[in-house]
Amino acid sequence: MTALDKTKEAELVARVKAGEEVACARMMTWAERGDPRFAVAYDAFHADLGRARRLGITGPPGAGKSTLVERLALHWRGLDRTVGIVAVDPTSPFTGGALLGDRVRMGELSLDKGVFIRSMATRGVFGGLARATDDIADVLDLNGRDMVVVETVGVGQSEVDVAKSSDLTLVVLHPGGGDTIQAMKAGLMEVADIYVVNKADRPGVDRLVQQLTDILDVRDIPLQDRPPILTTVATEGTGIVELAGQIDASLAEREADGRLAGRRGENLRRRIRRIVDGRLRQDVWELAGLSERLDQGTAGLESGTGASVSAYGLAEEILSDYRERRHGETQA
Amino acid sequence: MEQPIRVLIAKPGLDGHDRGAKVVAAAMRDAGMEVIYGGLHQTPEIIAEMAVQEDVDAVGLSILSGAHMTLFPEVKKLLDAAGADHVLLTGGGIIPPDDIDALQAKGVGRLFGPGSTLVELVEYVQAEVGRRRAAAGSA
Repeated sequence: MTALDKTKEAELVARVKAGEEVACARMMTWAERGDPRFAVAYDAFHADLGRARRLGITGPPGAGKSTLVERLALHWRGLDRTVGIVAVDPTSPFTGGALLGDRVRMGELSLDKGVFIRSMATRGVFGGLARATDDIADVLDLNGRDMVVVETVGVGQSEVDVAKSSDLTLVVLHPGGGDTIQAMKAGLMEVADIYVVNKADRPGVDRLVQQLTDILDVRDIPLQDRPPILTTVATEGTGIVELAGQIDASLAEREADGRLAGRRGENLRRRIRRIVDGRLRQDVWELAGLSERLDQGTAGLESGTGASVSAYGLAEEILSDYRERRHGETQA
Repeated sequence: MEQPIRVLIAKPGLDGHDRGAKVVAAAMRDAGMEVIYGGLHQTPEIIAEMAVQEDVDAVGLSILSGAHMTLFPEVKKLLDAAGADHVLLTGGGIIPPDDIDALQAKGVGRLFGPGSTLVELVEYVQAEVGRRRAAAGSA
């Protein structure tokens, strides 16, 4: 078997830092599996993070996100910047399986050692990202990537977690993706730092740009804070240089006026809260054995023989069981 | 918690018949695996690179072109060289029994020809990956 499985945390951290691909990939697997070794490794490397620029790319399915990411990566490679890409696709809620197909659209990047691509399945998390997406972006940062791009699943209106884990968020839209009312609904339209209207060779592009402008007018944002709207044809590379320029300019501006540091701080606070939330949930359902309590409380319902159960009542019973057990533990 | 099996499905070489690869990818997804679909016309180098970056448990190649005696050993060699010798390399296509024996002697896993059922290959990957993971855990 591979030596990787026996590698100590500190050694793997050193190998990731040295740029070794297989080590980088295994560290990501630790993160994704919730392996306790990841937390140990993280403590050792978190102080080294923050050098990479983090870009979130989101938008509805079929807007051209993967193709756009490929084109941006090729452009950055031309500038001699290294690139890390995390591509998230949905897990089936029925089978737990997933088909991760973003790499198919990133063929031109495959053999370039300056680009590292990792596909992830959401594994039951809603919001457009997976639980460990931030961790995997961190590993790419540690691995020395200059630009780290997180591409979300194709999203609808409210899957906007990507904005909470990036320095800059691009919302990619395309003509024919729905009318203005869709876009005025809450969520997706509030997280854009840059709008990209892709497939700009298709009819309806001017109208979409006009509609976006109208929405921004209605929202009454000060002119200098308005997210710019750029048009691209990713399949042909049209507009990529301009978009990459805008990304650099937006990042530089945010770094200079302190917004970047503020956003990173806020993202970190949210992330710690998320980790605590996750551990608490696991604690309640797994460690304290309360899944069984739920099964017992609702036994007989499916066969129609059980008595009616109050959802709030049983939930409160389970929680009070949990509190009692926890209290007992802290006393002991 | 049981961790999903990650598998890369790809087609090396020049033949363009990807129906088989797609059917297999869908069957593995439906069996609860995370399938990274690598697409058509990939070189052994690209396939090994994808397998390494994605840290997959298994790579499944679909080869209908007759080039299996070159492509399977090449991918196996590149995986080993990249430190990914733990990855199960399997696949299917039009491959004569003698060639299958020769390839398996070189460290390639089971190969599935016409008439194989989807259940067969899903169960094989689950069992073989389970065995390899258990061996790694106890190592």
